[in-house]
Amino acid sequence: MFKLTINGSVREVEAEPDTPLLWVIREQVGLTGTKYGCGIAQCGACTVHIDGQAVRSCSLPVSSVSAEQKIVTIEGLSPDRSHPVQKAWAALDVPQCGFCQSGMIMASAALLAQNPKPSEQEIRQEITNICRCGTYNRVLAGIKLAAEGGEAGRG
Amino acid sequence: MTTPRPALSRRGFLAGSAVAAGAFSLGFHVPLDAEAAPGAPEINAWVVVRPDDTVVIRIARSEMGQGTLTGLAQLVAEELACDWSKVTTEYPTPGQNLARNRVWGDFSTGGSRGIRESYVAVRKGGAAARTMLVAAAAREWGVDPAGCRAEKSVITHPASGRSTTYGQVAALAATLEPPKDPPLKDPKDWTVAGQSVKRLDTLPKLDGSQVYGMDLTLDGMLNAAIRDCPVTGGKVRSFDAAAVSGMPGVRKVVQVGETGVAVIADTFWRAKTALDALPVVWDEGPNARVSSETIAAVLKEGLDAEEAFVGNKAGDVQAALRGAAKVVEATYAYPFQNHATMEPMNATARWTPERCEVWTPTQNGEAALAAAAEAAGLSPRQCEVYKIHLGGGFGRRGATHDWVRQAVLIAREMPGTPVKLIWTREEDMTHGRYHPVTQCRMRAALDEKGNLTGLQMRISGQSILAAIVPGRLGPDGKDPVTFQGLNPGGAEAAIGYTIPNLLIDHAMRNPHIIPGFWRGVNTNPNAIYLECFLDEVAHAAGQDPLAFRRKLMANHPKHLAVLNAAAERIGWDRKPPAGVHRGIAQIMGFGSYVAGAAEVSVAEDGKVKIHRIVAATDPGVAINPQQIEAQVEGSFVYGLSAALYGACTVKDGRIEQANFDTYPVMRLDDMPAVETVLVPSGGFIGGVGEPTIAVAAPAVLNAIFAATGKRVRQIPLKNADLRRA
Repeated sequence: MFKLTINGSVREVEAEPDTPLLWVIREQVGLTGTKYGCGIAQCGACTVHIDGQAVRSCSLPVSSVSAEQKIVTIEGLSPDRSHPVQKAWAALDVPQCGFCQSGMIMASAALLAQNPKPSEQEIRQEITNICRCGTYNRVLAGIKLAAEGGEAGRG
Repeated sequence: MTTPRPALSRRGFLAGSAVAAGAFSLGFHVPLDAEAAPGAPEINAWVVVRPDDTVVIRIARSEMGQGTLTGLAQLVAEELACDWSKVTTEYPTPGQNLARNRVWGDFSTGGSRGIRESYVAVRKGGAAARTMLVAAAAREWGVDPAGCRAEKSVITHPASGRSTTYGQVAALAATLEPPKDPPLKDPKDWTVAGQSVKRLDTLPKLDGSQVYGMDLTLDGMLNAAIRDCPVTGGKVRSFDAAAVSGMPGVRKVVQVGETGVAVIADTFWRAKTALDALPVVWDEGPNARVSSETIAAVLKEGLDAEEAFVGNKAGDVQAALRGAAKVVEATYAYPFQNHATMEPMNATARWTPERCEVWTPTQNGEAALAAAAEAAGLSPRQCEVYKIHLGGGFGRRGATHDWVRQAVLIAREMPGTPVKLIWTREEDMTHGRYHPVTQCRMRAALDEKGNLTGLQMRISGQSILAAIVPGRLGPDGKDPVTFQGLNPGGAEAAIGYTIPNLLIDHAMRNPHIIPGFWRGVNTNPNAIYLECFLDEVAHAAGQDPLAFRRKLMANHPKHLAVLNAAAERIGWDRKPPAGVHRGIAQIMGFGSYVAGAAEVSVAEDGKVKIHRIVAATDPGVAINPQQIEAQVEGSFVYGLSAALYGACTVKDGRIEQANFDTYPVMRLDDMPAVETVLVPSGGFIGGVGEPTIAVAAPAVLNAIFAATGKRVRQIPLKNADLRRA
């Protein structure tokens, strides 16, 4: 039995200690917005925030997360898609298939939380998530737009 | 506006109810969702109008990110003259299409045909529905329909000053006789179609509420993980179920057909954990010693083989080569590549002796239904497929439904219980339907003035059709898909050059690795072979590569127009910045004309940087320009990933690359600025999801030659040594 704090709620889950946090979030907690893409922390589709840091949850055993740590998933990023990154994404029609976008958005939100005005070079270095549809240039534009705070007038 | 919602069975669809982006997404009914609300009649197969004026547009093709859903809805809405802000969409099911004599036509969503092959049918559907709605209002008013107007879901009769809305007359309209052949608007009069409207399916992708196949949850559902024989052609010899049957959550260990083993458990993670621990002995079969080297040797033999299927022929190329002042020759090759959709293959199946239902992300619901029925041992009318949103398709989820077959076979071991099968990334990478491998020997004849008098192009290698849809081979066994972009003419994929003596043929050599339609398909290698080689020939003739091409294109004005547009945008007639070099390429594919031009620099250590890449596209008609831009950018990501990194190699009969650590793809840091030039010339409609992919690699490879003097004739570039000597 593990206690996790996810999106502000404390959840008790039954899982083997080595179960990746990703699968506990998806299968035991039932939040499926966080995606499985590779299982080896390569693609970033599983990105969540733990105490504000972007973490690839597919490679993190549930036993390594304490009840005190605050986990935020895409479902908890904002109550109504009002996070600046979500608003910028809507303004620019960023997603194509969208499967990677939960991770893209969570990685981008964590970047902006730590570095509110990242340079293009910093964005390119920090956002290493994989998108196979090819939304990279709109992701880049979306992060810049969110950083400018200019998304409100365009949504 | 809401995202498309498959018309799901009422029984226990849990995930969807939490997701509704609009009230009308709730409550799944058979036969179709849209008619669930009382008084919400179907005007025709394409259009349902609810009393509150919400318009539900039925979409037969699959949305997998490419924007087809929005584009098709725009076309229907344009003719329907409805209020775009009240449009929502839904998928009819393959079973419903079957029951209604395929009223929605073909569900297949590949070959960039989602919009272009529905272009007339869906507009007719919208126009017919508008005609019926107007006729209903006219009948209620006792006036001539010709005196009524319809705009944004409001019908007016100016002479009497009366007005009503679609929702108010929908019930009557649904009872009227549909018009036989309603006229369609001229695209120049469009106000919804042709516009850069926002996608209809963006919002649920921003908060995790979009349900993909992998996210589906059904009442009482179990989960399965599978391992198929690592060598195609091999099978299961034995496995020790007892070794894992006591592991947490495990319900059953089953053989899947002759070739696979699956563990069924309460959760996927427990199923996968037990599968990893399961001892399996394989009979690896006749292909266990095949390697990339042995495959390459078989293809190399084909380069000189006597027999080959002719794809395009003019004059006498042998005579031209014999009489040439100069002969240029080069051999190219293209590797296996995996589609690597972000969402690995998955399907959920529930089987009983009387009925089988499958929920799966598919590019072709009807093909999925056929695969399900066959695996279920039932007739298609006893089966149903519910299309779930795709986490990428790129051709992998279209022609073969191997994962659906597996899911149904597994579900048959648990009658009545839904079982969700998810492939691990490793299973997905090693059991793909790979980009076919080919080699190509090119020979060109130049006269003393440097004119191209002859071109011979011998393709040797794999046929997609022979492997997965042999019924579509020509009567002589020829695979016409092999010649994409090289055809002598036609509206699909014609060569853009007139060369007096020409021979393009294909020596078919089929290794055991199963090929598939990989986004761009055979335009990808063919554009590299033709466009890089013409670049070589131009340099051998001492001519500018653009000017050299133009001389061959007088009879191909559409090809030439996009080439010129790309050249103009990249600034071909001006010097590039210091250290930056350019390359250019063009092809016709999927009914559209495209050209690409790249600016590249190569560092001393051989590192390639792509600064800019330009694409010019003539799709005839543009349905949604901002989504075409998204497709062009995405196509460059797909094509440049292939060019920079994409190769699956074979050892001991199996694919060696199992995950993104050994099968790298392009990431944001690699991504150049993309400039999209749209030059729709009208009078036809082509696809936009694929053709740009083909020009990505040759534009960059030609620029690399300009930068380094080195010809890379086999991608990926990661294997090429571009260091300065």
